[in-house]
Amino acid sequence: MSDYFFIIVGTVLVNNFVLVQFLGLCPFMGVSKKVETSMGMALATTFVLTLSSISSYLVEQYLLAPLGLEYLRTISYIVVIAAVVQLTEMWVRKSSPLLHEVLGIYLPLITTNCAVLGVALLNVREAHSFVESALFGFGAALGFSLVLILFSAMRERIAVADVPESFQGAPIALITAGLMSLAFMGFAGLA
Amino acid sequence: MLTAILAFGGLAVILGIALGAASVRFKVEGDPLVEQIDALLPQTQCGQCGYPGCRPYAEAIAGEQAEINQCPPGGEDGILALAELLGREPLPLNPENGVADDIKTLAVIDEDRCIGCTLCIQACPVDAIVGANKLMHTVIESECTGCELCVPPCPVDCIDMVPVATTISSWKWSPPEQEPT
Amino acid sequence: MFGLFKSGRSGQSGFHGGLTLPGHKLHGEAGRIRPAPLPDKVILPLSQHIGAPTRALVKVGERVLRGQLIADSDSFIAAPVHASISGTVVEIAPCAVPHASGLAAMAIVIESDHADEGLPTPDWPATEDPFSLDAQTLRERVRRAGLVGLGGAAFPSSVKLNPGSSANVNTLILNGIECEPYISCDAALMQEHADAVIAGAELIRRVLGAQECLIGLEDNAPEAAAALRQAINQADYGDIEIRVVPTRYPQGGEKQLIQALTGKEVPREGLPLDIGIVVHNVGTVAAIWRAIRYAQPLISRIVTVNGPGIRQPQNLEVRLGTPVAELIAHCGGYTQTPRLIMGGPMMGFALSSDAVPVVKATNCILVEVAQAEPADTTLPCIRCGECVDVCPANLLPQQLYWQARAKAFDKAQELDLFDCIECGCCAQVCPSNIPLVQYYRYAKTEIYQAEKEKRKADIARNRHEFRQQRLEAEAREKEEARRRKREALKQKKQTPAAAPASAKTTPANDAIAAAIAKAKAEKARRLAQEPASAASAQPDAISAAIAKAQAQKAQRLAADSGKADPAARTDQVAAAIAKARAARTASATAEAAADPVAPGAAAKRKADRASTTTDPVAAAIAKARAAKQAASASGDTAEAVAPAGPAAGKQDAVAAAIAQAKAARKPTPESASKPHAKTPDPVAAAIAKAKAAKAAREKPS
Repeated sequence: MSDYFFIIVGTVLVNNFVLVQFLGLCPFMGVSKKVETSMGMALATTFVLTLSSISSYLVEQYLLAPLGLEYLRTISYIVVIAAVVQLTEMWVRKSSPLLHEVLGIYLPLITTNCAVLGVALLNVREAHSFVESALFGFGAALGFSLVLILFSAMRERIAVADVPESFQGAPIALITAGLMSLAFMGFAGLA
Repeated sequence: MLTAILAFGGLAVILGIALGAASVRFKVEGDPLVEQIDALLPQTQCGQCGYPGCRPYAEAIAGEQAEINQCPPGGEDGILALAELLGREPLPLNPENGVADDIKTLAVIDEDRCIGCTLCIQACPVDAIVGANKLMHTVIESECTGCELCVPPCPVDCIDMVPVATTISSWKWSPPEQEPT
Repeated sequence: MFGLFKSGRSGQSGFHGGLTLPGHKLHGEAGRIRPAPLPDKVILPLSQHIGAPTRALVKVGERVLRGQLIADSDSFIAAPVHASISGTVVEIAPCAVPHASGLAAMAIVIESDHADEGLPTPDWPATEDPFSLDAQTLRERVRRAGLVGLGGAAFPSSVKLNPGSSANVNTLILNGIECEPYISCDAALMQEHADAVIAGAELIRRVLGAQECLIGLEDNAPEAAAALRQAINQADYGDIEIRVVPTRYPQGGEKQLIQALTGKEVPREGLPLDIGIVVHNVGTVAAIWRAIRYAQPLISRIVTVNGPGIRQPQNLEVRLGTPVAELIAHCGGYTQTPRLIMGGPMMGFALSSDAVPVVKATNCILVEVAQAEPADTTLPCIRCGECVDVCPANLLPQQLYWQARAKAFDKAQELDLFDCIECGCCAQVCPSNIPLVQYYRYAKTEIYQAEKEKRKADIARNRHEFRQQRLEAEAREKEEARRRKREALKQKKQTPAAAPASAKTTPANDAIAAAIAKAKAEKARRLAQEPASAASAQPDAISAAIAKAQAQKAQRLAADSGKADPAARTDQVAAAIAKARAARTASATAEAAADPVAPGAAAKRKADRASTTTDPVAAAIAKARAAKQAASASGDTAEAVAPAGPAAGKQDAVAAAIAQAKAARKPTPESASKPHAKTPDPVAAAIAKAKAAKAAREKPS
């Protein structure tokens, strides 16, 4: 049980995918202008990450490993992830057109979110079990959501603040992200 | 090698079938986007965008047949709002559609010169002009959107666009001069 | 000077934040109320209150008397305006009025005749015992007196005396707190007219049905408190209580006052009434008493003229509409180049000139000394948070500032911008001298105007959509008419034999056919009655189209049932029945209405016989033609139909009216029956029917 707990804490705080492992920076910078958008993105990513983590585990265990096709791992993961993202997009579009509108281009972008592929590949490297894989994916998504929402709240305030002209926009956002990363370093050694 | 091809092909087929089924299952009817775009447009119904009214333009934007920079009455703020809604890049106003004019105007009919031809009544997109054949026409001030569509049809040029005067009820505080940063 | 202000936020009860400001008030003899000299002219703006502006009731050149009603409004939230002097109306035009914008607004200008002649009889009687009046009369008189809140908001008082049946008012609070520096008009009033204040308070308390009445005072007005106490003891009103609280700005704000006196907090975006409290200014209360007891409309008020730039500061009883310049002259003039402010130094606004008049909401004319060089320059925000500490509304002034500055008005609204009372505490303590309140005012008016524009856009959208619908319906209508015409033309070509055949029928037969057609029209009318009437009442093309469709359906039904009806035996019998029926329509219309199928069937069969074709449309045309001939052919026919005449008055026998009209309009029978002949369409029939009915109506008259 404590293993599971450590997986969650580890992925959310200690080895945060965005701020410590620097995966998934693209949506982190792209979708963090408004808190509302980032919440939608966080939700979609959580869903996709958990699902793709599970499905890539299944593909690994029941397709690639028995047939000795480990060398096809990356490409087949990409195919699986792309399918999951497509599925999510259709579902979101149907169930919540507003969220779909809010996510816009960023939803398909999850396909190229390196955190998603990263989680799947790390699962194999760490030889996680099924439950561990699911938790690992979920934890990674939680960590991603946490920093995305925190970061977007900060950016909302920075957007109206009197930032020196040369630092306005992306530069100050990157500096802020860097400071957040430094702060997350403080969790190192926690678990 | 064959195993790899078969396995990969099988995987692709399964996922393809799943996606195909999902696309049928989650088919979306209608486009709620049009409503949202229409809500952002100024509703002058002036047609400067090249579409006969605000809603057709909203439909064109939603259908990606029109750019978001074709609405002069909406001005820069309108373009920014559209850009935000659609996640597109804000564009400068297309000069082909006209120039943004910050001064709001209303149509006023010079009632001495009006010959009662009803042409302006037919041109008005919001039925803001009242009058009858051979009788003087007048503009309902509160309904006029200042679209200027009634100006060209008038055979005697008796319609003027008059800037709306600021009254105490429509007056706004000016923003303070910003301090140096 | 403002540097002397210090924030007083530690360890206080009541509302959050606030400041302790130096008083600069007129005390004792200096603060006595003196009457201002009668002005040479008064400028009375039509809108001196919150709500709908009034309309002028007098004309230029008219002589008016003091207290005469000169402007009023039909709106519920409005207060009429009275002439404050006697004289002649010289102008009703836009004049400079006291408003932050410096814009002109409509006003009535009266030139004094120096007689100060009052109305011979007031608009309502003076009352010895105002407590005997019922609430409705009181409210009515308060409204007619033009009373508004004299504390500065100028909300019509009669509305505040009418909390509604569902409201439960427990507490009436009198606001005697003048928290802003310099202003002392209310303190002077309480000191010198304590009895009017107390009596007015008791009156309002009874009107509202409140159990208790609290009078809030600050500890910087001990004379006023003493005078009020004495008045309460004399009058022996047990339910009025005086509460003196430590001086703190902005304690005079309604919500802050309630919190300071009762400890209760008005919910955000709510009203004091929501927690059973009504707040009135003491000046308003005294004015209400005078209006009821002595029948005096609101024509004067007490104004403090004070500030470092005036020679003899004093409290003056001023006629409304008096130009500020006349007050200044009476107070000895300016000491230096002035900067005029109406209201206090914190919440007042700068006046564009001293030509503006005193209005109902004017409590103070503050004469500051104009600074040669601009005030301290604005510096960047250092995020010290002082503004948050002093905000009496518990807002985040700094966040509001950032959002307003970046024009992120929706965010500012989320931060409860509209709970800001613009007290200016935040700007006062700001070490960077940021004009915070100006940002909030700017954001508020921007939001108001944006909302206005949004409403206007919505109206424009609706009107445009309605127009589109109308145009489409019209186009459809036209297309439909064209199509029908084409079809009719085609039919005419196809059945050239039918017409002559029917034309050869005997006059008697024609009469029958007329009756049949009439009965059929009756049925169609009955079926299409509702939509048809809707169509005629409102020239809406859509409903007309619906009516048409329904009528067509009805016609189809009639035709079908006609085909199937076994009751229709031989033609002659059926025709005879139809004739009898038509005759009976006159006397017993209900029956005819109940069973119009048989005539319909007869018509059908008749038409079938007349023309050999089985096409129902062609048959209908032939039938209609027969009807036309019947109508125009002979006097015999007219007589045959004439018995139907008396039924014209009855609504349900309109078909009979057609016949009658046909008979009546014999000189031009063609025109009346034309629609019948040309289009076998129930709508056309309905139109013809309407025309006939009209003709029938016109005939008796």
